[in-house]
Amino acid sequence: MTDIIIHCAVALLFPPLLLGVIGKTKAAFAGRVGAPYLQPYYDLIKLFRKGSVFSETTTWVFRAGPVITLSATLIAALLIPLGRHAAVISFSGDLILFAYLFGLSRFFTTIAALDTGSSFEGMGAAREVTFSCLAEPTLFFSLITLARMSRSLTLSNILTHPTPAIWLASGASMLLLVGALFITLLAENSRIPFDDPNTHLELTMIHEVMVLDHSGPAFGIILYGAALKLFVLGAVFVNIALPIATGNPLIDWAIFILAMLVLAVTIGTVESVMARLRLVRIPQLLVGATILSAFALMLVLR
Amino acid sequence: MIVLADQLLVLVMLINLVMLGTSRLIFSIRAVAVQGVILGVLPGLIHPFSFHLTVITVVIILAKGIIIPFLISDAVRKAHIRREVEPFIGYVPTLLIGAVFTALSFAFAQNLPLAPEHKDLLFVPASIATLLTGFLLLTTRRKAISQVIGYLVLENGIFVFGLLLSEAMPAMVEAGALLDLLVGIFIMGIVINHISREFSSIDTSRLQTLKEE
Repeated sequence: MTDIIIHCAVALLFPPLLLGVIGKTKAAFAGRVGAPYLQPYYDLIKLFRKGSVFSETTTWVFRAGPVITLSATLIAALLIPLGRHAAVISFSGDLILFAYLFGLSRFFTTIAALDTGSSFEGMGAAREVTFSCLAEPTLFFSLITLARMSRSLTLSNILTHPTPAIWLASGASMLLLVGALFITLLAENSRIPFDDPNTHLELTMIHEVMVLDHSGPAFGIILYGAALKLFVLGAVFVNIALPIATGNPLIDWAIFILAMLVLAVTIGTVESVMARLRLVRIPQLLVGATILSAFALMLVLR
Repeated sequence: MIVLADQLLVLVMLINLVMLGTSRLIFSIRAVAVQGVILGVLPGLIHPFSFHLTVITVVIILAKGIIIPFLISDAVRKAHIRREVEPFIGYVPTLLIGAVFTALSFAFAQNLPLAPEHKDLLFVPASIATLLTGFLLLTTRRKAISQVIGYLVLENGIFVFGLLLSEAMPAMVEAGALLDLLVGIFIMGIVINHISREFSSIDTSRLQTLKEE
């Protein structure tokens, strides 16, 4: 019971802090002081107090987009185990639901962007869909590999299965999985080197261009949903990359939170030392990640 | 030790894929050098220590890790080229074909009548995958230097297969094979220089229009 409450509290309150840590890391690399760690929370409060303006050409799809996106991501957050504790909801085959909840949220983001009728947003939607259909096989290959390793179809079992012993026994395929999942994590959350979340030049951006027309609370929901998505995929990554279970629930939670913060610093470091890839190079990297995860599956299968 | 050897073989197969995906020649030369060094370390991991083994390790690391990459990068510098442009088949398709070849080599190795103690090792699939990568590089790239790199990868694949036999193989045979390789690369370097001097390009697809007037 306590675990379920902590799970919900962490999943609801923690995600924006990750964005704050990433921002602070990037500021440290650039030699600036940077915005405070809690800045994303202030931004969200500010946005939720504002009024909204909806274009007259849009329909209910535009208004439903952010809400459905956020709710799909929230359900996904309930499906994954955090800090070596079983997930709140789990049943056999929930990994398919997990992958397609992201598909659903992406579908509604893109269709809301198309609903505005703006050519820029249409371009962003086309790019988002193209890149995510290249990133999705990687996620599936990784989940299948882990399912095969743990002989289970439940996310709770799959993601708590990796232990230091398994890392020693099949280190190669685990390393391949971690590499592939990190690339997917960056691609799915539109971070550098795939997309720059800070850019506001319409010709180069992917995710940000789709949400240009949202304002006020709707935009707040989108920002919060993006932070939550980073948190969920980051938690999947941390579960596999850091397979430590002490047995004491509270220490496990502390390790998990710490690992997520380290992951945020890592993402910030990657963003500071790398430049954005040219658009034509992005599919190459995503296909590479797919091959890595397929290779991991092959090593596990033989 | 066998586990470590298997992880290194996974690295060898990853380097194959890296070479299929990159367009920078210097980068693929370095990748092939790293692959050579890994191959040099491998015999020491799977066979008990002996004088014969030490000599093989040192010679292989010297030849595949230092001398041959140096010869090729020298040719690259003299020919003034930095990247492979417009291969016959693009990078993403060759990468995918390479991945399919790797998968097929796993399937193929499972059906080979191998000695029971070799059955669970990665040596045979890794060697077939490396061989096929070499073929792929040789056939899909346009520049003579990329083809030389493909030839080297091909030889690495054969070498991985030979690792299983290196107990039985006398040092003379291995030394002879390495010498052949070294001389081959040396001659290819000279040929590349001549091609680039005569035609001001080392694009081999232009060589087929060579006719006496």
